[in-house]
Amino acid sequence: MSQSLDAYLILSALLFSIGTFGFLARRNAIAMLMSIELMLNAVNLAVIAFGAFTPALQAHAALIALFVMAVAAAEATVGLAIVIAIFRNRRTPLVDEYTSMRD
Amino acid sequence: MPAIFAVAEPGVSPGAVGQFDQLLVVLLLAIPIAGFALTALVGRRLHTKAWIIAVPAIVVTWAIGMYLVYQALIAGAYGEGLRFTLYEWVPAGAFTISANFLVDNLTAALLIVVTTVGMLVHVYSIGYMAHDPGRWRFFAYLNFFMFSMLLLILADNFLLLFAAWELVGLSSYLLIGFWYRRRTAALAAKKAFLVNRVGDFGFALGIMAIWTTVGTLNFSEVFELLPAQVAGGAVEPWMMTGIALLLFMGAMGKSAQFPLHVWLPDAMEGPTPVSALIHAATMVNAGVYFIARANPIFVQSTDAMVLIAAIGIFTAIFAASIAFTQRDIKRVLAYSTLSQLGYMFAALGVGAFTAAIFHLMTHGFFKGLLFLGSGSVIHAVHEEQDMNRMGGLWRRIPLTHWTMLIGSIAIAGIPPLAGFWSKDEILAESFKFGFTWVWAIGVVVAVMTGLYMFRLMGKTFYGQSNVDPEVLPKVHESPPSMTVPLILLAVPSVLLGLAIGFPPADGALHHWMEPVFHDAQITLGIEHHPFELLGIDGALLLVGASAGAIGVALGIYFFGLFGLRERSAPVAALTERAGVLYRASYAKWYVDELYDGIFVRFGGVVARALWWFDARVVDGTVDGVAALTQGAGRGIRQIQTGRVQNYALGIATGLLVIAVAYLFMVR
Repeated sequence: MSQSLDAYLILSALLFSIGTFGFLARRNAIAMLMSIELMLNAVNLAVIAFGAFTPALQAHAALIALFVMAVAAAEATVGLAIVIAIFRNRRTPLVDEYTSMRD
Repeated sequence: MPAIFAVAEPGVSPGAVGQFDQLLVVLLLAIPIAGFALTALVGRRLHTKAWIIAVPAIVVTWAIGMYLVYQALIAGAYGEGLRFTLYEWVPAGAFTISANFLVDNLTAALLIVVTTVGMLVHVYSIGYMAHDPGRWRFFAYLNFFMFSMLLLILADNFLLLFAAWELVGLSSYLLIGFWYRRRTAALAAKKAFLVNRVGDFGFALGIMAIWTTVGTLNFSEVFELLPAQVAGGAVEPWMMTGIALLLFMGAMGKSAQFPLHVWLPDAMEGPTPVSALIHAATMVNAGVYFIARANPIFVQSTDAMVLIAAIGIFTAIFAASIAFTQRDIKRVLAYSTLSQLGYMFAALGVGAFTAAIFHLMTHGFFKGLLFLGSGSVIHAVHEEQDMNRMGGLWRRIPLTHWTMLIGSIAIAGIPPLAGFWSKDEILAESFKFGFTWVWAIGVVVAVMTGLYMFRLMGKTFYGQSNVDPEVLPKVHESPPSMTVPLILLAVPSVLLGLAIGFPPADGALHHWMEPVFHDAQITLGIEHHPFELLGIDGALLLVGASAGAIGVALGIYFFGLFGLRERSAPVAALTERAGVLYRASYAKWYVDELYDGIFVRFGGVVARALWWFDARVVDGTVDGVAALTQGAGRGIRQIQTGRVQNYALGIATGLLVIAVAYLFMVR
C-alpha cells in the first residue's frame, strides 16, 4: 500500500474521467452502463482511500463503500433490464436512435 | 308541532293559537310553491285541465289568508303582530339572517287584496287561457308569483323581503314574456327586468347601508334602532335621507313611478290575467307596501317624504295625460294604474299612510276588475285591443259591460263607490297636512281620471260599432269562469270603501292601521281631528266628488253612454287644435325615445369606446404576455434534444464548473 493519498485520488480521478468520457461519448447503451459502473467504482476507491488515511473515518468509509456497491448492483440490474427491454422493441442498442418520445 | 316552530322571538308569546297560526302562515307559502312544482312537473300531461292543481291550491291559500285576516283584524289575536322565525337562513357569523315572518294589521290588509284578487284571477284564467297550448306553464308561473308575493308581504326582514322582491320581478318577467315567440313580448319582458334592476340597485344599496349603520336587518330592530340613532346623533340626517331615497328607488322601480315607469305599459304584452294580477292589483303595489312598512325610516327624513310626494303626484298627472290618447284598451288601463299608484305615493309622501293603503286596497279590486273586464272584451272581439276597432258592444257582452261600468265609476271617484272614499281621503289629507299643491294637482288628476275612463267606456261599449264586420256576428259573452270573477270583483269595487273606510278617517281600516302608523304620525306631528261634515272635511269631500263627476260628465259628453251617441266632431276638432300636445301625449311624451337616445344610442357609443379599450389595451396586454411566453418557449425548446448524452454533458459540465469554483474559493 502506497503511503501517498494523492496516488489513490489521482487513480480515482482518472477512473472517473474515463467513466464520464465513456458515458458521454459511447452510443451503445450497454457501454454507457459500464461507464456508470466505472464512475461509481472511482468514487468508491476515493472513499476507501480517505478511510484508510483517516482512522476516525475508517468504519464509515467501509460502510459507504458497501452501500455504493449495493446501489451499483441494483442500478446495473434495473439498467440492464431496461436496456434489454428497449433492445427487444427497437432492435438497436444505440441510444441516439431512441427518439420516439421526441418526435 | 315540529321543533322549529318553537323558536319564538323575545317578547312574543307563542301560545297554542300562535303555534297553529304559524303553521298556517307556513302553509300560505308552501301551498302555492307546491302548486308551482306540481304543475311544472306534470302540468303538460294534464292538457286542458292544467289548472286542476294550480287553481284549487290558490283557493285553499285564499281560505287560509282569510282566516289569518280574520285573526289579525277582527279577532285581534296577534296584538302588535304575529312574529316567528322559521329557521336560520344565512348563518354567517355576525351576518345572521333568519327566515322570519310577520303578520300584523298591515300584512293582513295586503293579504285581503293579494289572496282575493289572486284567487279570482286564477279562476278567470281557466276560461281565458283555455285555448292556449302553454296553459300549464301559465298556471305554474301564476302559482310561483303567488308564492313570491305572499313571501314579500310576510317577510319580517329586509333581506327576505328583497329576495321576495326579486322573485316577484322574476315571475313578472316570465309572465310578460309568456308568449315569447312574439318579439314585442320578449322585448317587453326584458325591458321590465332591466328597468327594475335600476331600482333594485338602489334598493340593495339602501339595505346595505342599513346593515352597516345598525348591524341588523330585522324590521322591528331596524325601526327601533335607526330613529334612536338619529335622535342620538350617531346617524346624520343626510344619511337618513340617503337611506330613505335609496330604498325609495327600489319602490320606484317596482311600482313604476316616473322616471322608472316605462316598463309597466309595455308589460301589457303579457296575458290579460297577468296584467290584472301582477301589473295592477298586487306586485306594483309592493313599493307602496314597502314604504308603508318602513314608515319609521321614511318619517325621519322630511326631504325624502316631500320628494316621494312630488314624484307620486307628478306620475299621477303625467300618466293620466298619456291615458287620454292611447288607443290600446290595456294601455289606457296601464297608464291609469301608473296614475293611481302616483296617488298612493303622493299619500305616502304627505304622511297619509292609511289613505295610501286604503287606496291600494280599493284600487287593487277595481283595477283588477277593469283589467279582467278588458280581457273579456278582447276575448269577445277576437284578440283585438285597439279601441278604434270596438264600440257599441254593451248589448252584446252585457255582464262584462256592467261590471266594467262599475269599475269605471269606482275609479272615477263617484260616491259611494270604493274609489271615491280612498281617493278623497288622499286628497283631503294632503290638503289638511299642508300640501296644497299635491291636493290641487290631485283634483286635476281626478277630473282627468273620470274623462279617460269614460273615453275608454265610450269607445269600447257605446256609440257606433267599429268592430270588424267579419268578427261582429261572433261576438259573445265570456264563459262563467270569466264572468263570475268579474261579478265577484265588482262587489268590493262598490262596497269596500263603505265597508272599511266609512265614516271618513274613522272607518274600520283606520282603526286597523292605527297601531302600525301611530308612531309615524307622532313623529310627523300630525294630529287626528274628528271628521267635520259641515267644515273643511265636508268641503274637500264635495270638491273631490265634483271633480270626479266633472270628469265623468265630460267623458260622457264626448264619448257617449248607452244610447247617447259620441260626439266625434268636437273630439276631432280638439285633437286638431292641440295637435302637438296630442301627438306628444300619444307618443307618451317621448320618454321612451329619450331613454333610447341616452341609454341605447349614447350608451352604445360609450360602450363601444370602452369595448375598444378592452379589446386593444386590456386584451392586448394579456395577449402580449402570452405571445412573449410562447416565443420564449419556442426558442428555448431547441436545447431539449431528447438525447440522454446531451443532458449528461450538461450535468458533467455543471459538476466541473462547481468543482473548479470550489477549488478557487478554498484557495
